[in-house]
Amino acid sequence: MSGHERRVVVLAGGLSHERDVSLRSGRRVAESMRGKGVDVSVSDVDGSLLAALAADASSVVVPLLHGASGEDGALRDVLELLGLAYVGSGPAACRVAFDKPAAKTVAAAAGLCTPASVALPQTTFRELGAAALMAALVDTLGLPLMVKPARGGSSLGAAVVRSAADLPAAMVGCFSYGDTALVERFVAGTEVAVSVVDTGEQARALPGVEVVPDGGFYDYSARYTAGATEFFAPARLDPAVAETCARAALTAHAALGLRDLSRTDLIVDADGVPWFLEVNVAPGMTETSLFPQAVSAAGLDLGELWLSLVEQAALRGP
Amino acid sequence: MGDPPTPTPPARGSRLDPFLDVYAQRARTMIASEIRALFSVASRPEVVSLAGGMPFVSALPLDAVAETFRRLIAERGAAALQYGSGQGAVALREQIAGLLMPMVGVSTHPDDVVVTVGSQQALDLVTRILCDPGDVVLAEAPSYVGALSVFAAYQTSVVHVAMDEQGLDPQALRETLTRLGQQGRKPKFLYTIPSFHNPAGVTQGPQRRRDVLAVCSSFGLPVLEDDPYALLGFDGVVPRALRADDADSVLYLGSFSKTFASGLRVGWVVAPHGVREKLVLAAEASVLCPSELSQLAVSAYLSEQPWWDQVKVFRELYRERRDALLDAMASYLPAGTTWTVPEGGFYSWVQLPPGLDATTMLARAVTARVAYVPGSAFYSGAAKELGAASLRLSYCYPDPDRIREGVRRLASVVTAEVDLLATFGPGPGPAVPGHGGSPSDVPGPATA
Repeated sequence: MSGHERRVVVLAGGLSHERDVSLRSGRRVAESMRGKGVDVSVSDVDGSLLAALAADASSVVVPLLHGASGEDGALRDVLELLGLAYVGSGPAACRVAFDKPAAKTVAAAAGLCTPASVALPQTTFRELGAAALMAALVDTLGLPLMVKPARGGSSLGAAVVRSAADLPAAMVGCFSYGDTALVERFVAGTEVAVSVVDTGEQARALPGVEVVPDGGFYDYSARYTAGATEFFAPARLDPAVAETCARAALTAHAALGLRDLSRTDLIVDADGVPWFLEVNVAPGMTETSLFPQAVSAAGLDLGELWLSLVEQAALRGP
Repeated sequence: MGDPPTPTPPARGSRLDPFLDVYAQRARTMIASEIRALFSVASRPEVVSLAGGMPFVSALPLDAVAETFRRLIAERGAAALQYGSGQGAVALREQIAGLLMPMVGVSTHPDDVVVTVGSQQALDLVTRILCDPGDVVLAEAPSYVGALSVFAAYQTSVVHVAMDEQGLDPQALRETLTRLGQQGRKPKFLYTIPSFHNPAGVTQGPQRRRDVLAVCSSFGLPVLEDDPYALLGFDGVVPRALRADDADSVLYLGSFSKTFASGLRVGWVVAPHGVREKLVLAAEASVLCPSELSQLAVSAYLSEQPWWDQVKVFRELYRERRDALLDAMASYLPAGTTWTVPEGGFYSWVQLPPGLDATTMLARAVTARVAYVPGSAFYSGAAKELGAASLRLSYCYPDPDRIREGVRRLASVVTAEVDLLATFGPGPGPAVPGHGGSPSDVPGPATA
């Protein structure tokens, strides 16, 4: 079947905190493929979805749901249950990748550097006493610290903690988004996102995108306010360091068993060492997102790339 | 796909917005926010939204409204679909002056009425003609978020004035004006919602209104009176407008959004001659004219339909929902949570147990499938901290069962946050004074 006859269902929205981002990602990817003559529909994830998907089993599904259920493997389990072809990683890989502490463990085992960290549920703080535990965190990991929900994206609930006095508020903010917090040593350096696409026999890394937010922290506002962050694509890195970053992203992609596409977020320290922070199985596709910028920097067309991914998924089948 | 070319890093980064160097200074505050992102989830039916102040227009006799529209187009379509006057349709202005304004005790002439695209445009026009960047505007603490957005867009400096259980505190108003005067700052006007306040849910009594007007008069301070909920008092009594007792200094904003249909976007201003002339010119520059179709539809609805009976239906419906909210809050919300008891309108203002942050808590609430508006949204600039431990609940849209379910969910969220706070202790933010604070420090209306 040629791309022009292909029917694609983009899944966007959902009930996660990143619903708005997902809707924008979905619209952009849908438009990029429609521009190539593909029949694309965009569906929210609600009670009518399964019947709609089952009614057209020949469609290829593009899950662009960010946050839980979209990225934690649950929805992809359902797609497999329904026997539908879809773009992206399988459920088992998603389950590990979406869980930042688990993904860090896999990345470290594959030889990547990742900042020292501790993942702690809220109950642990209550049982052991938050003050003592927070003091131990500061003593062990040092300051500054990065606090973020163990699961979730778009920096929601994330904060940089520069003094011990700011840690309680950061923990409270983090636990509002999830039950487990990842407290990580903050690595100063150049923030670089490396996207990986796999449309052939071998996955390849796209040029890294360097992120320089005006306020110093790439928070939600810096991510989604056009103009609030300066991006360099490709990143301003020594070629050898850029190559190391590319290899790190490919290593993470392979070690986590990811498929089709991913985006790995790295910090490159003063010595040129890339530190693995997290990987995204459904990277953002909005107008200010990093993956589409990497696609452009590589001289590729977003719609063409998505068509390739869709055709690959169709060939792969359910 | 072929192999990509080897790109070289650009000398300058991209900011993904070619207009970045073109934006006005006032656009710099227009940024993406986590709160707005979370409200995207609130639009899903799984979420009980106690956030938005959407009138329950489903209670309208939609068949009758449809017939009004049908006849309007069939009989006066050429006029209804044409441009109209910048000041608004004469027929509607006559009805506003002759029918609506007397209900709030105001005697006025149709010539003194300017019809606007909802009272939100009236807020915009008034601020446009009265305020230069840096001017001071006084507003209640807390105040309507849509008005604060307008004041921010015109780069004014909002100074909040404390409220109590009867709304704006005249003593705090006097102290604020005195303090500003000592600093050489003279506010352009006081923005107030005297009846069934949004978001505070409180109402200025007759004596309170006289006291507020007296303070304003003694300082020569104009008043912008925003009165969209006046007809929605649950006891059926329509509070007398501030303008009824000071037509020279009070600009009055009215709206059909809450008594008829918010989607038609029809509001109005009643203003003295000089102000009215400038408002018309500003309105013409802004939108040429309000929608003639909407205006004539409202006019036809007022003349052909039993609109006052419908207002009574709305009152009863909102009273029932208010009761459901109050009952549910009393049943479910944990100790230390207090709230105002609205006698009309759409909102109750909730004070969370000390130390909680309603903005931070919203993520947990959305996870629990309930939404509200954090209190900080109703304060401007640095004063936002004053609303940290507060939130606004709207009872106008969900039915009573949904309201009860929403409050039940909210209660579990508040309890979880109290638990979190007990674990980690209060954050480093400024302490929010309780009822014992001095009046000018009180962040919001007294709750019980």
